[in-house]
Amino acid sequence: MKNLPKWVDLALIPLINLFLAFMISGLVVVYIGENPFRAMQIIINGSLGSAYGLGYTLYYATNFIFTGLAVAVAFHARMFNIGGEGQAMVGGLGTALVCLFIDWPHWTIAFPVAIMSAALFGAAWSAIPAYLQAKRGSHIVITTIMFNFIAYSMMVYLLVHVLKPKGQMAPESAKFVAGSNLPSAHDIFGWFGMAFPKSPPLNITFLLAVLACFLIWLFIWRTRMGYAIRAFGWSETAAVYAGISPFKIIMVSMLVSGGLAGMMSINSVMGEAERLLIDSVQGAGFVGIAAALMGRSHPLGVFLAAVLFGVLYQGGAELEFEMPAVSREMIVVIQALVILFTGALENLVRVPIGKIFMKLNTKQN
Amino acid sequence: MDYLTIIQILDSMLRLSAPLIFACLAGLFSERSGIFDIGLEGKMLASAFFSAAVAAATGSVWLGLMAGLTASMVLAAIHGFASITFQGNQLISGVAINFLASGMTALIGQNWFRLGGRTPSLSGDGRFLPIEFPFAESIGKIPFLGPIYSELLSGHTILVYVALLTVPFTWWLLFKTRFGLRLRAVGENPEAVDTGGVSVSFLRYRAVLICGLLCGLGGAYLATGMAAGFIRDMTAGKGFIALAALIFAKWRPAYALYACLLFGFLEAIAIRYQNITIEGVGTIPVQFMQALPYILTIVILAGLVGKAIPPKAGGEPYVKER
Repeated sequence: MKNLPKWVDLALIPLINLFLAFMISGLVVVYIGENPFRAMQIIINGSLGSAYGLGYTLYYATNFIFTGLAVAVAFHARMFNIGGEGQAMVGGLGTALVCLFIDWPHWTIAFPVAIMSAALFGAAWSAIPAYLQAKRGSHIVITTIMFNFIAYSMMVYLLVHVLKPKGQMAPESAKFVAGSNLPSAHDIFGWFGMAFPKSPPLNITFLLAVLACFLIWLFIWRTRMGYAIRAFGWSETAAVYAGISPFKIIMVSMLVSGGLAGMMSINSVMGEAERLLIDSVQGAGFVGIAAALMGRSHPLGVFLAAVLFGVLYQGGAELEFEMPAVSREMIVVIQALVILFTGALENLVRVPIGKIFMKLNTKQN
Repeated sequence: MDYLTIIQILDSMLRLSAPLIFACLAGLFSERSGIFDIGLEGKMLASAFFSAAVAAATGSVWLGLMAGLTASMVLAAIHGFASITFQGNQLISGVAINFLASGMTALIGQNWFRLGGRTPSLSGDGRFLPIEFPFAESIGKIPFLGPIYSELLSGHTILVYVALLTVPFTWWLLFKTRFGLRLRAVGENPEAVDTGGVSVSFLRYRAVLICGLLCGLGGAYLATGMAAGFIRDMTAGKGFIALAALIFAKWRPAYALYACLLFGFLEAIAIRYQNITIEGVGTIPVQFMQALPYILTIVILAGLVGKAIPPKAGGEPYVKER
């Protein structure tokens, strides 16, 4: 079963899993009393059928690329970072501090500084769980879950008591300085004399996300450190025997992971809201788990899976509008089923497919 | 703070601890058998929804309870299916179950009742009502000890007492019966149990289903005992606080009770006093109190105070050698 052709492992099995998830979701839609094919059509039209829809789809996808890469990098070291949500929240704090208290002359200067700050804050939030895992053996899943809740309480405290401007009711920060506002897709297309609708929140961070995919691919597959991470993930004992330090691997992989999750806030906090809100992450940290599983922890796969979830999020909003009986939570159900089939029930599809291919191989020989 | 206030806070502590106790003991059974479960939250939520929905539709809280237990146990069976039969990743399965419950309850709730994911308010036989102990009123007049009987112990719903009784029962089942010995053994060293001729899978399935049952009780209590109906995502992290309590208790029943009471106490304080001002120290914000259970668990996990060692075979699917 180890000699499955690459295309089966990387494309066929994820697609079958996705099909199963969609089929069950379709049955749920039938139960509700709507036509699942029409629902699918609304989702696709609403998310890809217009520049407006596409602007939203790719905006969501940008969030999911960052959180998906975060989970994927940790997966390579066999760490399950479930704390993307908290790391992205704290990353948002890093972004906000940079954009609130420095009067930037131009976004080109604010952008790199904010990226560094967001990544640093996100990485810092993953550092304690990583250290506890590396030194104390405390399970990373448990500690990162706890840190999500601690992050949430901390952010509520900071927004209610510290960052909220005097005399304002809503628990959110002041608007960021004008010099930190990132160019939106509308602006960027405008530079080249092309038109793009003004309202979608898609912005320059999407290009940063694409760059991040490439850099993470380079890091995991083309550097010494990336090799060590993968070796550690495959076999800890073999890696230790080869002189790789588990402490270093756990720390590096988790810090990179936390940094990526933190960078999500560049898109949502700096690019879209232009102020810090209480729930700036909105579950994207968890969608990242689905994207990483679906994309088999490869940056290209994560990118495609993130766009798929972008389609579902944007299309789901349209769906609720067109079919009021199917509420937005349909997306959460689909997401759950994708995680279930591609992650937990992986062997449900993999084992039978493996057997089929084994039979085909023996026939050929 | 006068005496009656203390009694009232303790009373509220008992009410708030009950769902934690159920969920924590649920996790105890599952994790002691070697199956990690971070899906306690989702199972409670599913039970909360279905118990409230069926109670609202039939007017009987007992039918509601049955529906809630069934829903929770179905999710537990999915978790068992993924992690025992298909040897999948137990943590990922738990994540999936949490989302499945969160999405499904909101989706179906909107479809059935059209109340934005809520169920109709329950009243009368549709919910568990407080049980007044005999002579509560007259005994309550006795100074000092009276209020403990009438205010603190009396006047809870039956599920609170069930939760408290589940603790010694769990201890007895795990530590005094053959089933319990085997269940603990399968979480530490499944090979040995298998060699002894006992089915690892069957034992683990039973543990996972008990876990589902207890989560179901906790969820039903939330929607039909503590509150009068279901609201979206009403578990609000209780499943994770229970998980924290389980680690805090180092996977032991009696300690689980203490941990849940402690976390319930913190919640009761946080609800009663938004911000606590201590002379000379400053103000403790309510958010700190809400985060305290998680912070305490991190401290325990860090090994700063004692050391929490999980069951040895936890999280690892058992593969028979061939």
